[in-house]
Amino acid sequence: MALLQTRGLTARYGDSQALFGVDIALGQGETIAIIGANGAGKTTLLRTIAGVLRSDPGMVMFDGAEIGARPADEIMKLGIAMVPEGRKLFPSLSVEENLLIGAHGRKAAGPWNLDAVLDLFPVLKEKRAVPGTALSGGQQQMVAIGRALMSNPRVLLCDEISLGLAPVVIRDIYAAFPRIRAGGASVIVVEQDIGQAMKVASRVYCMMEGRVTLEGLPGDLSREAIHAAYFGAVA
Amino acid sequence: MNWIDTILQGVLLGGLYALFAAGLSLVFGIMRLVNLAHGDLIILAAYLILVIVSALGLNPFLAALVAMPVMFALGWLLQRVVLNRVLGNDILPPLLVTFGLSIVIQNALLQGFSADSQRIGAGALETASVDFGPVTLGVMPMLTFASAILVIVGLNQLFYRTAMGRAFRATSDDPVTASLMGIKPASVFAQATGIAMIVVTIAALYLGMRANFDPTIGPARLIYAFEAVIIGGLGSLWGTLAGGVIIGVAQTLGAAVNPEWQILAGHVAFLLVLLVRPRGLFPRAYD
Amino acid sequence: MAGDYRVHARTRAATVAGIVAVVLVIVGYALPAFAGRGLIQDLFFILTMLVLAQFWNLLAGYGGLVSVGQQAFVGLGAYGLFGAAILWGWDPVAALILSGVAALLVAIPTAFFAFRLAGAYFAIGTWVVAEVVRLSVAQWKAVGGGTGTSLPRDAVDGMRGLETVKTLFGASNAAARDILAYWLALTLAIATIGGIYALLRSKRGLALAAVRDNIEAARAVGVDAVRMKWIVFLTAAFGTGIAGGLIYLQKGRVSPDAAFAVTDWTAYVIFIVVIGGIGTIEGPIIGVLVFFALQSLFADYGTWYLMALGMIGIIVMLFAPRGLWGLFSDKTGVQLFPIRRRLTGGKIREE
Repeated sequence: MALLQTRGLTARYGDSQALFGVDIALGQGETIAIIGANGAGKTTLLRTIAGVLRSDPGMVMFDGAEIGARPADEIMKLGIAMVPEGRKLFPSLSVEENLLIGAHGRKAAGPWNLDAVLDLFPVLKEKRAVPGTALSGGQQQMVAIGRALMSNPRVLLCDEISLGLAPVVIRDIYAAFPRIRAGGASVIVVEQDIGQAMKVASRVYCMMEGRVTLEGLPGDLSREAIHAAYFGAVA
Repeated sequence: MNWIDTILQGVLLGGLYALFAAGLSLVFGIMRLVNLAHGDLIILAAYLILVIVSALGLNPFLAALVAMPVMFALGWLLQRVVLNRVLGNDILPPLLVTFGLSIVIQNALLQGFSADSQRIGAGALETASVDFGPVTLGVMPMLTFASAILVIVGLNQLFYRTAMGRAFRATSDDPVTASLMGIKPASVFAQATGIAMIVVTIAALYLGMRANFDPTIGPARLIYAFEAVIIGGLGSLWGTLAGGVIIGVAQTLGAAVNPEWQILAGHVAFLLVLLVRPRGLFPRAYD
Repeated sequence: MAGDYRVHARTRAATVAGIVAVVLVIVGYALPAFAGRGLIQDLFFILTMLVLAQFWNLLAGYGGLVSVGQQAFVGLGAYGLFGAAILWGWDPVAALILSGVAALLVAIPTAFFAFRLAGAYFAIGTWVVAEVVRLSVAQWKAVGGGTGTSLPRDAVDGMRGLETVKTLFGASNAAARDILAYWLALTLAIATIGGIYALLRSKRGLALAAVRDNIEAARAVGVDAVRMKWIVFLTAAFGTGIAGGLIYLQKGRVSPDAAFAVTDWTAYVIFIVVIGGIGTIEGPIIGVLVFFALQSLFADYGTWYLMALGMIGIIVMLFAPRGLWGLFSDKTGVQLFPIRRRLTGGKIREE
């Protein structure tokens, strides 16, 4: 059985609907990628799973239990951590405090703690005392990922972690993923960078206009199929 | 007239105003909420201490210790049941709700205790003073000032040295992202208001021991507190102390010239600071 | 075709309301011929509170400027009038214009200070200014300092128009003064409501709504938000000043503590607007009627009454933030003073 599964997920921003019955599944130990153009609903999907938005109707099943109605802070305590789009470091907290607060609501046993995260991203070691927002974009992204890892999550949700970063920085960040997986987290990455998504994920969902339009293994998906799922059937 | 004496009295008076202001500053800093009932809550706490003193025959300081958890619970409930519902981008609902609360508290106190003025008796402490050569300072004002410093040190420790303070600051920055850290913003706000009410209790203790009070004087304390916060710069507790001192000194200097000018001089000092430094003396870098 | 569409703000309810309003105004002016002095005094109270409420609503409901310092302008209006009558021997009715001017003159530096304070701090900032004005006026010995003063006898009895009223209704001096004050209050209320309605329906009004709803977006389409705030604040100060002058013209006696009372001139006014429905012209009208009813039924209960007012205000804000009129308007869709433009006529053509 899947560790995390959504059934008929539906979300609205005010009057406009952003998700139309989305079904995805994440297996234990798996890394899946969700790709799609701007406005396809990828971020909305992650925010709904994390409990920031409410799905109505629709279900989120985690470890066999329905969690869709719970608020974000409770979902985090169950072991679903999120790296939000735009990194969202706390400006009044130092780098170290930004990391420590990641474990505020959940103190679970596991491989991740302050030392382990600083070991994963050694460049942060000498920046521990500076405000999080004083770092470069790539370093901020490392803090955001480390912050989510601090709670030893069972599921890690990564929203657009390559957005706005230089290719070499993106490569450094994704280089951490094997260790993150080895630490026991199952991962959902939302990416616009299809190449990166194909490399890191074992399965890929493509979304368009609030719906899943394509699902498959990275190797099986043809360029044409992805193109169609990305931009619509008109080629 | 002894100018040094006047100024020192003003500095010490500023300690009282800083105590009034610290709770206001704390709540504003964390949830951008201006509680127009803050002054009335101070008066409410003063009556609570008075009741405990006369009912249990306790020393006022012990009575304040007893009052603290009660006020914490009151603040926690107020935030949880009422104020959390009106937080948001629109500033009107919280302002109007706390303004209504101010009227309710004032009139409930008038109903319960009449308009007669009261005082929390502190025995010999009320008149005790220490000679420092040319100036003589009252023990009570010095105690007030020392308490203000202790409160500010304590709040800063809480803010910058504890996990709770970290959660406070994170929630203040961004409540949605804070909730992704397992923080429940509604509880953080309730805790913050509870802590503000503990500070309010300390302020009420000194207010009640130093001078007479009655149910109607809350709004004026709110205004002094507000002026201290603005002068200091939003979010800076040491700035708030500096703001309190400026108001205090302006008031004692004004009173030295003409007793009727005491309050007016404090307000004018506030307006002058606002004219020169619109964001206060020690503004936060970001907001 | 473009001709198929019409943009208009008129509603059927508004047309009916317009006719009713004209009748009410005629009855209103004729009323002293049949009504007793008590009713005239009650209506005077209602009308002046209505004017204060409309101006506060303009500030907070439309301008987003939550002032807790409007008592400054009530007091200045009162003292402007008393000062002119006592020191310069002005006719009190003519001095009403000075009430507005006095408020306006202080409103300019007040705005200069208060606009530096954002949001909630603006509220307390205006309160501080009101306190400064109160304490300063209390130092003004020529008009009685802290204890206050009365309008001089000859100024009261020689008021312009008083003789006409006396002969018209065969009333005593005091009753004629009430009638005159009532007529002035009625005129002021009509001018206030008409003026605010016209402002809100004009291009300026659209700009105002834009500023209130989204200041950044408003700026982006070229609305000068700061200028709109200035216009609203100064207009409200001027109108509140005249109302203050009129209130104390009728009372005949003024003191700083009464004329600058935050409870009477701001707390009650806020209550009226909140209960009735903030951000509508109808709201303060409903609110003032509810307030007057509560006041006449329960004011004897003193503190209990005030506690209840505070509680009602809190409950309305929590559960019906758009007030009684908002509840009614949501249920029925009725708008007496429609401000929103609606598009009717024409058909959307399917291509």
